[in-house]
Amino acid sequence: MTRLTETRYAYGEALLELGRQLPKVVVLDADLYNSTRTVLFRDAFPERFFDVGISEADMVSTAAGMAAAGLIPYCNSFAMFITGMCYMPLRIQIAYPSLPVKLIGSSSGLTQGPDGASHQALEDISIMRSLPNMVVVSPADEVETRRATFALADWPGPVYMRLGRYPVPRLFDEGYHFEIGKATILREGGDIVLFATGHMVCKALDAADILERDRIEARVVNISTIKPLDEATVREATDDVALIVSVEEHNIIGGLGSAIAECLSAIADTPPLLRLGVRDEFGESGLADELLTKHRLTGQLIAEDVHRALRRC
Amino acid sequence: MIRADELAGLRRKAAEMRWRIVNMMGSNKANHFGGSLSVADIVAALYFYKMRYDPANPCWPERDRFLMSKGHSVPAQYVALAMLGVFPLEELPTLKRLGSRLQGHPAMHQMPGLEGCTGALGEGLSYANGMALAGRILGLSYDVYCVLGDGELQEGQVWEAAMTAAKHCLGNVVAIIDRNRLKAMDETACSKLLDPLSARWVDFGWAATEIDGHDIAAICDALDWADTQEQQPSVIIANTVKGKGVSFIEGQPGYHNGRLSEEQLQQALGELETALTLVRDEQDDKID
Repeated sequence: MTRLTETRYAYGEALLELGRQLPKVVVLDADLYNSTRTVLFRDAFPERFFDVGISEADMVSTAAGMAAAGLIPYCNSFAMFITGMCYMPLRIQIAYPSLPVKLIGSSSGLTQGPDGASHQALEDISIMRSLPNMVVVSPADEVETRRATFALADWPGPVYMRLGRYPVPRLFDEGYHFEIGKATILREGGDIVLFATGHMVCKALDAADILERDRIEARVVNISTIKPLDEATVREATDDVALIVSVEEHNIIGGLGSAIAECLSAIADTPPLLRLGVRDEFGESGLADELLTKHRLTGQLIAEDVHRALRRC
Repeated sequence: MIRADELAGLRRKAAEMRWRIVNMMGSNKANHFGGSLSVADIVAALYFYKMRYDPANPCWPERDRFLMSKGHSVPAQYVALAMLGVFPLEELPTLKRLGSRLQGHPAMHQMPGLEGCTGALGEGLSYANGMALAGRILGLSYDVYCVLGDGELQEGQVWEAAMTAAKHCLGNVVAIIDRNRLKAMDETACSKLLDPLSARWVDFGWAATEIDGHDIAAICDALDWADTQEQQPSVIIANTVKGKGVSFIEGQPGYHNGRLSEEQLQQALGELETALTLVRDEQDDKID
């Protein structure tokens, strides 16, 4: 049976290892260290761990001051809070001077589940993508999350990394090399292309399996850096296909689909782009899989939507 | 403690700063006269008396840090930095012009000597805490000075930061409240109750003192007092007059971000020149 892991767990373990290797790494949390999995770092390096309490804006501003003094702070909260409660300090104190603060948004998307709309970040990619100097990373599995956790420390500016609490299969082997700004083609196919990010990468692969039975060959591209977008790979991957599809656990306004559309909009004769995701709505309480089904973000439902779109092509 | 001869020199620096602030802002342009003038004595005492600071090396890791959390008053800091030689005095009149390093609110990545980006009120004290905590982790013994406006204290994040500093016993953090009692539209007290201000900070775990923010000797004494607070952060509530030094600007909310006619500019510069002459004479008397 395939091993399933939540990206937040992979992050917590990687952060602990990073802390061992880099004494300049400090970790801040806002009363969610168990959920965000920074508890491992906290237990190992209490002198470099700061739970500021329920005050996310204070957390990111404090981290900015630490970064200005030469440290590499990793700030942690739910994706909703770290992007929603802190927009102004993120913008002026971190993004504007490009300070190397790493913002980790945990429990993102619909799969946050039962807590409902207040806790389900569906706009975070959009918010963070529009900030100059901000990099937006959204890893697809445990291996990529571990690699990205380390890559963030080497990146000279601010990064937002979107993680989740939804168990996903391992997609990469241990030899995988993650690079900020680089997309990876996970499956070849010349009929359509599926661009996906985060939890939706495994769903896109499921959809590709289903489509194959119907003799539709789908290329699947993992967009683990949404900004800066790997425009060359996006363009090449759309060259020969009849339909382009983006799949994200996020509002279809401002997220991955928008980024793909922006990239392709200047190219003549581009095939149609089907943006799958949350259609400008708030989330609600429910189990993760129930919510993904409701918003048509399972392999089966993605495949059905592709069929429908192809019939219109 | 500050010596009498140092004090006279410091008064002169502050008076010169005021003249330069108004001169750089000029006429017929909206500028933050009020807050820049109310904070001038505090900034003078920090840069010309208190802080360990090497103008030739503004990135020296062990320097004391000064953050103007009420970023609209950064002109006072620009003037001090230019007088120290961190950048040329000739650059001052480029304030807020296209392409200038002297942005309307501090841009640390463009101008040496600025420790952070501020401008949206309420965020600076958290940032100061971050610099102080980093000093502890990195084994550097610098102090961090953060100037906030009393209007700025209406932002909730200030009090989050106050609790964080107290929790971590940040004896190297000194907050200075430029208490000019005015905000952009009217009196600070019109919208939120701040009093008893000193007691509130004490309740939040800070050592607090209250002074006349235009009495340079009192400012220096308070900064020295803050050094002795090693186990808790300290706050200096400096009672000031918004627009201090220019008769028709003093106490007028309209000059939070106001505009002077050419005639008003000349009058203001005349008043500030007179003040500068007075402190200069006083200094000469002391030297004689």
